[in-house]
Amino acid sequence: MIAQPATTPGGFLLVLAVLLPAAGTLFSFALGSRAAEKIALGLTPVGFFLACLVAMKVAAAGAPIAYAIGGLPPPLGIALRADGVSAVMMVTASIIVAAAAFYARAKFATPDGVEESRGALTFWIMIQAIWAALNLIFVGGDLFNLYVALELLTFAAVPLVCIDGRPETLAAALRYLLFALFGSVSYLLGVALLYGLYGTLDISLLAQRVGAAPMVWTAAALMTAGLLAKTALFPLHLWLPPAHANAPAAASAVLSGLVVKGSFFLALRLWFYVLPALPTAAPGAVLGALGALAVIFGSVLALRQARLKLLVAYSTVAQIGYLFFVFPLAAGAHVWSPLGWSGGVMQILAHAFAKAAMFLAAGLVAEALGHDRIAGFRGAARALPLTFLTLGLGGLSLMGLPPTGGFEAKWLMLRAAAASGQWIWSLPILGGGLLAGGYVYRILAPALADGEAAIQARPERSREAIALGLAVIALALAFAPQGFFDFLEIGRPFASGSAP
Amino acid sequence: MSVLPLLDIGLALLVVAVAAWTIAARNLFASVLGYVAYGLLLALVWVRLHAPDIALTEAAVGGGVTGVLLVTAGKRLDALKATRSGAGPGLRERIVAGALSALVAGALAFVVASLPTPAPSLAPQAAAAAAGPGAGLGNPITAVLISYRAFDTMLEKIVLLLAVLGIWSVGADDAWGSAPAPLRRARPDGAMVLLARILAPIGALIGVHIFWVGADAPGGAFQGGALLAAMWMVAMMARLLEAPRIGSRALRLALISGPAVFLTVGLAGNILAGSFFAFPPGFAKPLILFIEAFMVLSVAVALPMMVAGPPDGESKP
Repeated sequence: MIAQPATTPGGFLLVLAVLLPAAGTLFSFALGSRAAEKIALGLTPVGFFLACLVAMKVAAAGAPIAYAIGGLPPPLGIALRADGVSAVMMVTASIIVAAAAFYARAKFATPDGVEESRGALTFWIMIQAIWAALNLIFVGGDLFNLYVALELLTFAAVPLVCIDGRPETLAAALRYLLFALFGSVSYLLGVALLYGLYGTLDISLLAQRVGAAPMVWTAAALMTAGLLAKTALFPLHLWLPPAHANAPAAASAVLSGLVVKGSFFLALRLWFYVLPALPTAAPGAVLGALGALAVIFGSVLALRQARLKLLVAYSTVAQIGYLFFVFPLAAGAHVWSPLGWSGGVMQILAHAFAKAAMFLAAGLVAEALGHDRIAGFRGAARALPLTFLTLGLGGLSLMGLPPTGGFEAKWLMLRAAAASGQWIWSLPILGGGLLAGGYVYRILAPALADGEAAIQARPERSREAIALGLAVIALALAFAPQGFFDFLEIGRPFASGSAP
Repeated sequence: MSVLPLLDIGLALLVVAVAAWTIAARNLFASVLGYVAYGLLLALVWVRLHAPDIALTEAAVGGGVTGVLLVTAGKRLDALKATRSGAGPGLRERIVAGALSALVAGALAFVVASLPTPAPSLAPQAAAAAAGPGAGLGNPITAVLISYRAFDTMLEKIVLLLAVLGIWSVGADDAWGSAPAPLRRARPDGAMVLLARILAPIGALIGVHIFWVGADAPGGAFQGGALLAAMWMVAMMARLLEAPRIGSRALRLALISGPAVFLTVGLAGNILAGSFFAFPPGFAKPLILFIEAFMVLSVAVALPMMVAGPPDGESKP
């Protein structure tokens, strides 16, 4: 990373992007669930606007924007930095949080005659806290500050899982909590070791000082293991399906679409920004192999699920696997690295939008039919055309068929695999697409079959439109122009300015 | 001086022995007691490492608050035992867990033994800056927490708040707004009440003192707040005080006051001192004390509310 001023023009936007939802959680807590709903909904356009401003500033500068908090530059102070990927992730998070929030109004309104409702207060506060934590993860420049962000993310995400209060949701939340706390401790141990070795926690300072010592490998292994547990990469995925399937649909969309990407984003930061000095062949191969196993196992288990939400949750286990191909495919300063990098980021975005859309749609199906057993879907597509269109479009992106963001991601990864001679990774990429086709077919085939679905309650058109809107974005990503990929290169270590 | 190394070795062995006993104890209550003793011994270790601030925190949180939390949780589990059979982890899980722990401990031992000496550290730089003009704090740890890493400290208080809400959220819907169950159902005996009447006021005074001297001496907002929290819990265990309703506006304001005041001062720093979370020159010390006073309040309220648990419904007005 090239030396740059501690605070650049527009850097203050990064602080605001974190503090705005953070302040929202505090006000919501003081004022109660009815006000919390208004605050959360009111903040969504402001947060979206801020994220767009950050993206415009980064694009205008052609370089990362930064802010030294308290006017104290690192190593003593904490720096925030936003590069191209940070800005794209902030915009993505604001869109999905906004979609989930407006979708959730129907379920988490505080009923008249009640002072405050448990589910409503929890949901509206936690969704704002998740948003603040994600923004901090995307712009944090200090490894301990990022630990605080991870903690904020965990403690906001876990209560969303058991918001319905059934015994199985409590068990799922507890399991999630245990995995996540293991992840936190493991990550923190690694951070402490790096500080003990180099006397700084700042990412760009560390990048200049780190060498390939055995102690650095230990720190890297601890931090990576912690982040993998939080990202639910195979074989640490056991917590994810029950947690994401038992949460209310709006929460599942945020958990599956965004929250697991938060810890994955930190894994990217760790290997590409903090530890560029380490040789990448061996760790890249290990992470990629775990990713391949995740693709196969997640997809096969998704094929075997009887309930729609569990199927969609297992599909997340599989789609997370693809993300880890970025480690072998974008490593180093090769001509093919930008292809792998763009492919990895595109997979984050495509899965975030497609999966959020599918969880919102799955929630509507469950509300309309009164159950989400796939065997009981006969004729449901005729009764709920928009919702099953959403499931179908999201499914197209998961399969990686053109024209979708999922296709774009896999196409870029395949090109990187071919260009780098690492053809082995094309096997799980293509095989996973076939398996995804299988589980999406399993949802759609009974729904499109003849039959009379018993609709208990017709979902509101606006909520169907929100889910469809997200699926359309997942499709539209396929038409991302060259300028978008150039933007992703801003601030990438080794970036030479040329993109695919 | 020759006796000190022997004491250190004895202390280290004792810590390991108590840790092993905590794991090996068959009885849950014995295990919890072992854990509390372990926390207190660790506090002594921190004292020997010349880290009194960490020692205070470890004693208050590791020994005190977590101890009460675990004892309370253990009692509630005992009450459930009649209905559920508590099958512990099997032999295979134990072996895997033991092997993993040994692996991590071995790797850490290797790494810690080979860390550079003297360790690279920002401490001298931070201490010099903290004592210098502008900040004027004698305790560099307070300066690090409230000034250099203000952003972390403020956000951690929000994490604390989320933990409280997360615990409340597992309560029943119709209990929402009511108070948590009392820390003990039975009428406390005379000795407990007497202890609470004597200990709580003195402990509260010490807690406020630890916060107040924290700017220049070991101590600070978290340690002071944790001690106040412990005293409130003692008073609750003696049934001299009851936990407040979770719907209470005063409770909610007390819980958010620390991070909210910190966040407001941090935002104002951009106008008054040119940067978010910067303090205007000359006002650093009074502002830091002002923020810390509300942090003490938030910590002192948040920790007991976590221990008290979700709203119960029985004490509904």
